[in-house]
Amino acid sequence: MSIGENTHPPYMKIFGVLAAMMGAKVLVGLSSLPKNLAVGLLLLISFSSAALVALYYMHLRFETKRLWLLALIPFPLIAILIVTVMQEW
Amino acid sequence: MTSKAAAAALPGRQPEVDFEGVYTLKLGMWIFLLSEVMFFTSLIGTYVILRFANPEHFANPGEVLNVELTAINTFVLICSSVTMVKAFAALQQGDQEGLKRWLLATIVLGATFVGVQGYEYYHLVHDGFVPGTALYRAEGGPLYGSTFYLMTGFHGTHVTIGVLALIFVLIKAMRGQYTPQNLGGVEIIGLYWHFVDLVWIVLFTIVYLI
Repeated sequence: MSIGENTHPPYMKIFGVLAAMMGAKVLVGLSSLPKNLAVGLLLLISFSSAALVALYYMHLRFETKRLWLLALIPFPLIAILIVTVMQEW
Repeated sequence: MTSKAAAAALPGRQPEVDFEGVYTLKLGMWIFLLSEVMFFTSLIGTYVILRFANPEHFANPGEVLNVELTAINTFVLICSSVTMVKAFAALQQGDQEGLKRWLLATIVLGATFVGVQGYEYYHLVHDGFVPGTALYRAEGGPLYGSTFYLMTGFHGTHVTIGVLALIFVLIKAMRGQYTPQNLGGVEIIGLYWHFVDLVWIVLFTIVYLI
């Protein structure tokens, strides 16, 4: 990874955010919010948490542009998969 | 330490392709993980289609699955990601004791996750929630059990493989085979471990909360 020995991301702060997000997810999941709102919130929190892990724990934020481009490859493929599945539905 | 410097320090593992400073092992792990993204996307996509096409086969969150227990287990896995980055940071600073200590903590947390998942499976099977049969008619048909065990089982297998790989890395660390100039092995297993954590964050939401 392209980070220096003394320039680590704030791992414990990110851990705190991840733990708080997980607690929020459980609260939303077990709440009586309208289904669509709850699902939207849950997906938003989940993908934000996943992005934090990828950016700071997998150090993607500090990687080169070429690795970023590589990491983006699955997303168009996922879009194709979703569009194809929606058509089958 | 930059990727290029780390790559140059790997004895006998000089990068065959200079991917803007990303050494070959690391590039290979990233490509593998990206294929895993597609793999888990297919599993999740299948689950979503089956669930919304056959809602009568699926129970609401908390009716069958133990959300509270799995939330605690998810927290355990998140903690293991922290211990993993701490192990890598310790190695970067030349702290061999710290490396071993944090690696051991990661192994213990990973094994705990697998153990709790086994405990959960035991109770679910005991209650008749099994894959591929309609025994659990009251709150979930055969589709529910099949998709649940397929997704969580594949993820659990990934965690188990990760724990075994971490034990291998810990043994090498105890032999003093990693240094700040030779940290490729720890970085690679770290990438895999964080990916497993990342996937579970999404799976937990989709399988247990939605």
